[in-house]
Amino acid sequence: MDLATQGVEALRMMSVIREFEARLPAFSEAGLIRGSTHPSVGMEAVAVGVSMNLQPQDAIASNHRGHAHCIARGADLGKTLAEIFGRSDGYCRGHGGSMHLGVKELGILGTNGVVGAGIGLATGSALSAKLRGVNEVSVVYFGDGATNQGILAESLNLAAIWSLPVVFVCENNQYAQSTPLKSTVKEQRLTLRGEAYGVPSYDVDGMDVAAVYQLARDVVERARSGGGPSMILAECYRYLGHMAADTEIYRQKAEVESWKNRDPIATFAIRLREGGFLDDAKFTALQKDVTAAVDAAEAFAKAAAMPTADQAMQHVIAAE
Amino acid sequence: MNAPVANKVTQLSIWRALNAALRDAMAADPTVFLMGEDITSWGTGGGIYGVTRKLVDEFGPERVRNTPISEEVIISAGVGAAMRGSRPIVEIMYSDFILLGMDAVINQAAKARYMFGGQFSVPMVLRTNQGSGMGKAGQHSQCLETLYAHIPGLEVITPGTSDDAYGLLRSAVDSPNPTIFLEHKALYNERGPVTYEKIPIGKAKIAREGKDITVVATQMQLHRALAAAERLVAEGIEIEVVDPRTIAPLDTNTIIASVEKTKRLLVVHEAHQLFGWGAEVVCQVIEGCGSALRSPPRRLGGKHAPVSYAEAMEQAVMPSVDEIIAAVKASVGR
Ligand SMILES: Cc1ncc(C[n+]2csc(CCOP(=O)(O)OP(=O)(O)O)c2C)c(N)n1
Repeated sequence: MDLATQGVEALRMMSVIREFEARLPAFSEAGLIRGSTHPSVGMEAVAVGVSMNLQPQDAIASNHRGHAHCIARGADLGKTLAEIFGRSDGYCRGHGGSMHLGVKELGILGTNGVVGAGIGLATGSALSAKLRGVNEVSVVYFGDGATNQGILAESLNLAAIWSLPVVFVCENNQYAQSTPLKSTVKEQRLTLRGEAYGVPSYDVDGMDVAAVYQLARDVVERARSGGGPSMILAECYRYLGHMAADTEIYRQKAEVESWKNRDPIATFAIRLREGGFLDDAKFTALQKDVTAAVDAAEAFAKAAAMPTADQAMQHVIAAE
Repeated sequence: MNAPVANKVTQLSIWRALNAALRDAMAADPTVFLMGEDITSWGTGGGIYGVTRKLVDEFGPERVRNTPISEEVIISAGVGAAMRGSRPIVEIMYSDFILLGMDAVINQAAKARYMFGGQFSVPMVLRTNQGSGMGKAGQHSQCLETLYAHIPGLEVITPGTSDDAYGLLRSAVDSPNPTIFLEHKALYNERGPVTYEKIPIGKAKIAREGKDITVVATQMQLHRALAAAERLVAEGIEIEVVDPRTIAPLDTNTIIASVEKTKRLLVVHEAHQLFGWGAEVVCQVIEGCGSALRSPPRRLGGKHAPVSYAEAMEQAVMPSVDEIIAAVKASVGR
């Protein structure tokens, strides 16, 4: 990443996601959000570092913890939040919510309520690109928990034998809900999963946006130039509970705090300052911008119309 | 391998009609592609029952793709490709194996349009063979159309003749909706006329006219109902046979119109009778024209047992011509 030209933008995007996600628990408590939402606070660097390498024609498939993926991909904050609030002005007219949020114009094939399901969809999206002869890369984000779903094995193999332009991005935030990876996986080197199928696979510090960017640049470029699939294993951490009302009995406070020392936003801001790419005035202005952007989204979403019951039967199936 | 001439009626087996439909659909639309296990290299070069025969020679291995044995990703990738502007025709070797990819069918394909507020279409055709009669037993013989018909967002097609096989497959490929296209494995060699016309999804067909009772039946049971009708002529009973052809959407109007005429109803299907779609037809007829009925509506479906292997037991679990005749006679009071 060229810190001079891209550093501040990466910082801004991570900060927007942080601000957006950090407000969600209060919205849930206020009754503005129904059902489950899964915030990505702490994990912002992965989505941002990957997305900065994507082009408008590319596609992403996401998972239940997907707001960051969508926002980094360019989703409008207001329409995203309105969807999370279940409003008519949301991207999916209130039919989807947080866990089923797709945006066709941005190639977002949906966040997904089924752990692992996006992996197959992105593989198919990449197959479609290859068949249509267009230069589109597909990216799928999934958690460490999804590595134990069969669809990953099937997709890695299919993408490898057909040399599909897909990038598998595993956000290893150490836990699947309450279950630590080390208790569900004997072989901890997840890169071996990809390598076993002939998919080049790489570990990266998922708390370092520049490192993620650099790796993603290489593998996205490989996919775009016909070199086939790759897998990224990004080590990261979620600061908040899995979802609202998580008692977090499965981890120690000290562990959470120790990861915060590696915070992707704070550490990156320091790096930009030390490199001379950011000063107090710029930083203050950026923070003001971020707050204002999320304030505007919040105002939009809160004012957005509620769907009415008669809209429940819309979009079930295309009419002949 | 000449392209069929329009308006020219030919006699074809069902598998050849399907093969022609696939070829014509691929020739008509470059976004159509096929994938499935062994679809280019088995038998005479056309998958388990030959339906994709020689298509790879014509359209090449990019558009006719042999896959690994990975039903979950084959179906799931079909959904993803469909969401991005391709028209995949996915072949699953036996209907029983769709169950391995059921998440992609029910949670992804069927719901993508709805959950995302109408932004996406999933124009995928999921083709497979179902049905018993060939000694394939429990895990290679099930008729599972009721499962799919239960799910909003899916179209479920069950052709029983060559013309319907051709015409409905062409329409399935054109459809913006995910379509479960269920061929009957014991009917692949059944021959009949093919007109090469597309047939609209959701339109039933009066397969035989009659005035005494409406028998609704699909696929193998359609042919058995027609055989029963033939045998009952001698006894002065005239059966009207209605083939819904698609289970979802179901053409209740045609069925109700027929029952209003005959005043009696029997639904016959190979799918298990208990909680099967026949019960749904009966119920819709009662709701639609119940007071016209002169005798209680009946259904006759597969017994509540898996499909057996040995022939006598295999035949015992699905409705026979004799059972259809008995049910018709009970209905008309003979
Ligand atoms: C097929 C399936 N099984 C279980 C769940 C319930 N569930 C939702 S998220 C989750 C944990 C997923 O962990 P991971 O993939 O590591 O993602 P993370 O939540 O850590 O971001 C579970 C078990 C689900 N949504 N789908």
